[in-house]
Amino acid sequence: MGTRRAFDEIWGHGGPERPRPEFAELADWIASTPQAELHKRQQSAEATFRQLGITFAVYGDSDASERIIPFDIVPRVFLHDEWERLSQGLVQRVEAINAFLEDVYGERRILDEGIVPPELILNNPQFRPEVAGIRPPHGIWAHICGIDLVRTGPDEFWVLEDNARTPSGVSYMLENREAMIRLCPELFRSFRVAAVDSYGDILRETMRSVAPDARANSYGNQPVCVVLTPGHFNSAYYEHSFLADTMGIELVEPADLIVDDDVVYMQTIAGRVKVDVIYRRIDDDFLDPLVFRPDSLLGVPGIMAAYRAGNVALINAPGNGIADDKAIYSYMPEIVKFYSGSEAKLPNVETWRCREPDALNYVLDHLDEVVVKLVDGSGGYGMLVGPTASKAEIEDFRRALIAEPHRYIAQPTLALSTVPTVTETGLAPRHVDFRPFVLTGSNGVQVVPGGLTRVALKEGSLVVNSSQGGGTKDSFVLLPEGRQTQSQVQS
Amino acid sequence: MRMLSRTAAALYWLGRYVERADFTARLVEATVRLDALSARPAGEAAWASALSVTYNDDAFAATGQSISQQPVARFLTLDMANPGSIVRCLEQARNNARAVRTSLTREAWTAVNRLWLLFANRQSPGGSASTLALVEGVMAEARGFEGAIHRMMRNEATLLIQLGAAIERADNTARLLDVKYHLLLPAGEAVGGVVDRDQWTTILQTVSAVTAYRWIYSEGLKPANVIDLLICRAELPRSLAACVEEVVEQLNALAKRTGLQGEADRMARARIARMQKTRAHEVIVSGLHEYLQAFIRENALLDAAIARQFRFI
Repeated sequence: MGTRRAFDEIWGHGGPERPRPEFAELADWIASTPQAELHKRQQSAEATFRQLGITFAVYGDSDASERIIPFDIVPRVFLHDEWERLSQGLVQRVEAINAFLEDVYGERRILDEGIVPPELILNNPQFRPEVAGIRPPHGIWAHICGIDLVRTGPDEFWVLEDNARTPSGVSYMLENREAMIRLCPELFRSFRVAAVDSYGDILRETMRSVAPDARANSYGNQPVCVVLTPGHFNSAYYEHSFLADTMGIELVEPADLIVDDDVVYMQTIAGRVKVDVIYRRIDDDFLDPLVFRPDSLLGVPGIMAAYRAGNVALINAPGNGIADDKAIYSYMPEIVKFYSGSEAKLPNVETWRCREPDALNYVLDHLDEVVVKLVDGSGGYGMLVGPTASKAEIEDFRRALIAEPHRYIAQPTLALSTVPTVTETGLAPRHVDFRPFVLTGSNGVQVVPGGLTRVALKEGSLVVNSSQGGGTKDSFVLLPEGRQTQSQVQS
Repeated sequence: MRMLSRTAAALYWLGRYVERADFTARLVEATVRLDALSARPAGEAAWASALSVTYNDDAFAATGQSISQQPVARFLTLDMANPGSIVRCLEQARNNARAVRTSLTREAWTAVNRLWLLFANRQSPGGSASTLALVEGVMAEARGFEGAIHRMMRNEATLLIQLGAAIERADNTARLLDVKYHLLLPAGEAVGGVVDRDQWTTILQTVSAVTAYRWIYSEGLKPANVIDLLICRAELPRSLAACVEEVVEQLNALAKRTGLQGEADRMARARIARMQKTRAHEVIVSGLHEYLQAFIRENALLDAAIARQFRFI
């Protein structure tokens, strides 16, 4: 599995000498900007991120000092038409995810009709019986979705994973764009790039659109919206504060909230203020010690009662983990078809469910060719990348699979697309994936024109996760020909 | 939108911790200069009083080290085990700032972050030149922070930061005077007697008043004038009078913006009324030490009243 056969998004299959015609200008820019200059700009971006404190801590790291995620200055670019097609697929998928969540916690038609095996849902630890029967405002469960995609050709996108709980990375998308505008303004003259800085406005409108209606609001007509963070020791804290900042809403910690008579209040210098919508970045498990884990010190006792009573909206809704789950993921094509009535526009990566004997046998026979993942894993941990694994690692996984096959799924090792990336020895192709963000409010579904591109910085590596040394790039979505460039407002 | 109680507390303490770090840096700088410039090495007495001014005497004694420049300078600047060291103050300041990111502008936050980064990986302050460079760095970045605060919107956040700083500054100046008063009024000597000129200069240097003194008093260094300058003269920003005025201004502005008034306002106004009637020679006659101790106590009570009034958590 080498990068030789992979599709490069700028160079195509022909290498730096014969770039894709639509990207001739970008390839030119890459070729003619001296290495030293690219390095310098990258270092400048990273210095800014460090000064701004856009850092994260890696749990379990003995040197628990804060790290920044490496930033690569060469962007990837989506043509307008490519993006349009991709967006349609994303909207269809997210609508299906929301319909699925409403259904499994409601009527369960999809189980009655035998589309998905009932035990996969009802016995799934991610399924939260505590929220069965709750109907969130406007029936929306997954207000913010991050759909992880990989690409193998110009129009070949595959969904790798759905993230419907607390998808993160938006702050990197926004900060990377700021850095690019500052460091490479010439690119924005050559390309008409869609702006992403409206994310905060769109998200705030989404939050307001799902406020419990017909309730007395504290400040006239505007619902009180907050971002709930576990606190500044949390590895994603920067993003929480960034989101609150861009939306112009309050950032609260559990200690700031109090529930009285099924209403959520925040504690201010002037006394209590009623809260209408909470963008909570605390996992379900820790959210309410009266309902979920009783030992949680990060929760707000009584918040679920307020939610059930319809006095507060929580985004994303508790219980979304069932849609995130890798075992359910393998049924997404059927799920999309069930709720939309049509075939999924965005395909899944082919997936073998190891709980099925035939699939398990295939996987055991091809361990050195496939990627094996834990159904309940994340962050790239607990994963086997067959082609680059050692004999010992493969044998370990063989034993694990035989012992607990239901805990694993496997997928073919795809030739992920690459994008030219700055390395020690010059520009070279490196594998990337992509996470666009899709927002759903009572005002509809919107796909933000951009997203988080993660790049595996090691040659040949397919592991892009930041916690394992991956980096990020900016992602340009081009406007249709003839449209004026939208301006990006500097904060 | 009303500010969170926790945010108010964090902003107030951010102001206090940056001020404390800045003051400690000034004190170390002044003491290093005293050590370097004095004809006789100022040595133990100067560094002992620096420890005392910053409430660090017992903690340092517990380390068993000798009182001299290297160990004391290190203890006051870089020692992670000393909660009163500059590095620990800046760590607290940064934690508080981090907790209230959304209340600060980028400039204000990066100023706090830069202050803290000055100390990343520093183990030792080094010799005199190196120590001076370090504390000057703190002072410069603290001025940068102050500047960033002044460029922010004048709102509850900036008012609380400045309120905390003013309360801290008052405590620092009072303490500085109290510890050094025996230099100003040596036992057995009449007011106006001969006192070590270099020690006075240290006091004035710490509050950036060396030149101010010359402008306000046309005569040479006299203890009564130093006391007058640091207690009664509101023109000097670090005087008790100036701090007392600033606190009232900020509480008034907070009351206007939030509608919140109470015991803290009453205490602050009573204090400024008394300050306006205070004369240095009367303080000396009735007891400088007693006056300063009472001032420090009352300042602490005002700090507690502020916490109650704004519902700090």
